[in-house]
Amino acid sequence: MQDEPRPEEILEAVARYLRETVAPSTSGHISFNVRVCANALEMSRRQLLDSHAEIERARLVALLGVDGDLATLNAELSRRIAAGETTLETPGLVAHLWAATLAKLAVDQPTYWGYRAALAARDDLDPPPPSGGGGPRSGGGG
Amino acid sequence: MAEDLPQLLDSLVRRRLGGGGAGGVARVSAGATQEIWRFHMLKDDAEIPLILRRAPGGGFRVSPTAVGLEVEAQLIVAAATVGVPVPPVRCVLEPEDGLGHGFVMGFVEGETLGGRIARGESLAETRKFLARQCGEVLARLHTLDPADFPTLRRTTPAEQLAQYEEIYRAGAWPRPVFELAFRWLAERCPPPPEHPRLVHGDFRNGNLMIGPEGVRAVLDWEIAHVADPMEDLGWICVGSWRFGVDALPVGGFGLREDLWAGYEAAGGPPVRREHALWWETFGSLRWGVMCAGMAAAFRTVDPNIERAVIARRASETEIDLMRLIAA
Repeated sequence: MQDEPRPEEILEAVARYLRETVAPSTSGHISFNVRVCANALEMSRRQLLDSHAEIERARLVALLGVDGDLATLNAELSRRIAAGETTLETPGLVAHLWAATLAKLAVDQPTYWGYRAALAARDDLDPPPPSGGGGPRSGGGG
Repeated sequence: MAEDLPQLLDSLVRRRLGGGGAGGVARVSAGATQEIWRFHMLKDDAEIPLILRRAPGGGFRVSPTAVGLEVEAQLIVAAATVGVPVPPVRCVLEPEDGLGHGFVMGFVEGETLGGRIARGESLAETRKFLARQCGEVLARLHTLDPADFPTLRRTTPAEQLAQYEEIYRAGAWPRPVFELAFRWLAERCPPPPEHPRLVHGDFRNGNLMIGPEGVRAVLDWEIAHVADPMEDLGWICVGSWRFGVDALPVGGFGLREDLWAGYEAAGGPPVRREHALWWETFGSLRWGVMCAGMAAAFRTVDPNIERAVIARRASETEIDLMRLIAA
């Protein structure tokens, strides 16, 4: 058994140090990149703590009627949608894709406005609190 | 070979622009396909701010989808003649300038940061008319004659859909939401445009220089092509460019209806609403495929952490696609 502190606690501390101490004492492109690094660590921390994988797998088993690991099941669902065997009208598909996509955003980008708007429009769901310190968005639109 | 950029620019402005020298050379951005430098030209005791846009390292590498810097300069010059606000092109680089491919343009002051354009206090009044004005600018842009630009890529909606599906399949990573979007888009694909227009291709919040009076300059012409004009009206509405203001689809500052009204009022062809919405949906998928492709680039050619983070932005387009096709 590994000793404490746990990796998610370490990642949180490193991200905070980068954001609150390193970024303000640098400038320009370096400062921007340091905040991008803090974002990346916080995303990794959220993924370490995320427990949606087994729930998603169980939903896929029910939807597809076959068993397998997450990658295999997602590949099979992708194949069926591309072939037109599974469509928007297939019972359970839309509910599954919504749940899977919201779970991805909760890890990748819980501050994304489209995600917050989708949560607000779907009050049947328990909205997780926004986490992460914000900061620069990378790429076009960033 | 070490390059003396200040010396080369000094010589350039003396020979080509009638200046008395150059100074203040500073890198503005390190784009993957292009470099942007800021400097000033001395002329009649004044410092005139200028921008150099050129291929990396002054060399001859141009990305496969880019139009090429000489064509980009030609597009900007032509856009100015039909009333599209653009930075003035001062000169196009020649081989004897020793600076590679590129051009020099005038510096335009203004705001380009998407968040400030969508939410900044100082532009609150501007946002009231900005979407309509963007429609007017696009209507003028779409009057450019494609025949003047024979080297630009010609595409149909179906070809673009096939192009991005090929890129997605090459990534070999299952994405059921993208699969659903490809089917949805294929079933509703607009026919080849009757009157293809010269489209900007990346007309969105982030590529527009904005002042209190509105659009001061349309930037980044490097992926212009000839296609369905509705493409430009859809792309500016893609969810990824709303900068926190989800309720205002046009760049986080306006409504689609205002964009379309401005476009038609300024003489653009009648807006096919369902086609504009098709392009908006395709735009989300296109940006999603581009983000997803960053994962492979991160692992191979460029382990920059920013690429890793952009790769994980593919999921934001999945939620936008779900809202568009399976709300």
